[in-house]
Amino acid sequence: MASLDIQGVTKSFGVTQVLHGIDLAVRDGEMVVIVGASGCGKSTLLRIVAGLEIPTGGRVLIEGLDVTPLEPADRDIAMVFQTYALYPHMTVFENMAYGLKIRGLPKPEIRARVEEAAALLSIGQLLDRKPRQLSGGQRQRVAMGRAIVRHPKLFLFDEPLSNLDAKLRVQMRAEIRRLQKRLSVTSLFVTHDQVEAMTLGDRLVVMHEGRAAQIGTPMEVWSRPADTYVASFIGSPAMNFLPATLTEGGHAARLAGGAVWRFTDGARPGGEGQPVTIGIRPEHLLPGGPDGLAVSVDLAEPLGSETVLHGRLADGTELTARIPGGVPGEGLHLAPDLAALHVFDATSGRRLDPA
Amino acid sequence: MRKKVIFRGALLPYLLLVPQMAVTLVFFFWPAGMAVWQSTLRQDAFGLRTEFVAFENFTDLFRDERYLGAVLNTAFFSAAVAGLALGAALFLAVQADKKIRGAGLYKTLLIWPYAVAPALAAVLWLFLFHPSIGLIGRGFTALGITWDYRVNGGQAMAMVILAAAWKQVSYNFIFFLAGLQSIPTSVLEAAAIDGARPMRRFWTVIFPLLSPTAFFLLVVNLVYAFFDTFGVIHALTQGGPGNATETLIYKVYVDGVQNLNLGSSAAQSVVLMVIVIALTAIQFRFIERRVHY
Repeated sequence: MASLDIQGVTKSFGVTQVLHGIDLAVRDGEMVVIVGASGCGKSTLLRIVAGLEIPTGGRVLIEGLDVTPLEPADRDIAMVFQTYALYPHMTVFENMAYGLKIRGLPKPEIRARVEEAAALLSIGQLLDRKPRQLSGGQRQRVAMGRAIVRHPKLFLFDEPLSNLDAKLRVQMRAEIRRLQKRLSVTSLFVTHDQVEAMTLGDRLVVMHEGRAAQIGTPMEVWSRPADTYVASFIGSPAMNFLPATLTEGGHAARLAGGAVWRFTDGARPGGEGQPVTIGIRPEHLLPGGPDGLAVSVDLAEPLGSETVLHGRLADGTELTARIPGGVPGEGLHLAPDLAALHVFDATSGRRLDPA
Repeated sequence: MRKKVIFRGALLPYLLLVPQMAVTLVFFFWPAGMAVWQSTLRQDAFGLRTEFVAFENFTDLFRDERYLGAVLNTAFFSAAVAGLALGAALFLAVQADKKIRGAGLYKTLLIWPYAVAPALAAVLWLFLFHPSIGLIGRGFTALGITWDYRVNGGQAMAMVILAAAWKQVSYNFIFFLAGLQSIPTSVLEAAAIDGARPMRRFWTVIFPLLSPTAFFLLVVNLVYAFFDTFGVIHALTQGGPGNATETLIYKVYVDGVQNLNLGSSAAQSVVLMVIVIALTAIQFRFIERRVHY
């Protein structure tokens, strides 16, 4: 258990720069999830922390100690891989005991630790099996067990759930979170799945093209996304973006279609006519009176308690809404929850907050 | 998955088998049968009289000091060739598996010796080790070592072992490299994170995962050392000096072709045949039981 500090880490492969200076401080016992689309550099960052890649610039500190020049073996960390990476020629027991044996622990203690971890993960009856005799979920547990027995300073997870089927994934997700809380080990978890990120993390790092687009708690990231990329990445279905211009001295936005939406939380900086992007989440659009936006619906997906509508505004802008109840009839008008509007700069995509 | 094909009529499947059966019959069963028959006969030196002696050729063989010497030579030679060829190939494969510049070229060059004919390989080593014209041979002399494989049996044995092993390294190298490349990188990374240093990783993870390949290659190398090294020995030492490099396969040639003792030569062939059948059987059993990870 320890703190982790990533300071100005950059990484280039030849001329391609994949990380443009990442700063992140993970507190003792905290679980931070790094989330982003494939190719955003999230796995590279994790591998740099593990010592499997050498950063081009910057430092990695564990418990305040600079570990950048150290081999993975000297960092006292454990990692769970996407492919589990179990040793195929060893039994489950040997897999879990391997790291302890290398550290020269006495045999009775190795046995005690492995059995304790196995009980925790309910794989005690599998200890004599080889990895090939296990199901995907069981292998996942063994990989977790191998990490736990070491009592490392840091847990690293590299998309450990993406090879599991949907049901198992949800189950293991909850289990990982429970274990992490119980053992309170500082953890870094990489995923491309925003639901995993929201549910697992104490804090999220949303990565985009080698940069940390936003670092914050799941609710912060969801309710106050730093830019349009984060806004579109977190939340499902994705946020709607509508082109607009500022009006009424920055107190309202005039949509391309002519409707004027007044902000409830004050004026945005920038003069009259400043182009902005208005973001509104599908769940914040509700069926309303004739003063709402007229939407022609192309597709309605009834989910039982609610319905997801995909449609277009009169000017052709696509719009998604999630409304309670069943499929509505013709002539639908949607009105926004004005308190839930997000305003972004039209050119930079950065969030605009009231001045 | 094997696909089952059902033929209507019985003729077609047998017709399809005929070419393979014919090849096997003409090139294996017929000569092998002849050898077995010949091994029970004794001819005089001029081939005028032939008498049936049953197992006498075999009993004579196992009482013959020179034959037992050849058995020992073969055991030593085969073990040394297999050990050297496997060890060198494994070392080279591990090096080639690293991310180094020019790895492709390095791998290609390492595969070349396999394409060299045994006699040519032998000549190459001859040019290196010849006491008066060989590069290494002269080097030994310059260092004050009395080097002449034409009189020193130990030196002759060392040279044929080296030449025979060198030729087999390429073959082993390809298999070891393929074996190494099939080990997932993440498994090695997991071992590194678990605290294993490179040497420990090699012996506790890489080597055990390569052991199926290594066992397969061991059998192939033994078969090679037993049967395919005739050319190398013939070109380098002709089994000499004395009988220092005379292996079983070379003795078959010496007794059969040079000494025209057909009965004994045939008996020796039969012994070799039994050995190769046994090795092949081990190999097949092993491949069937092969562990799949």
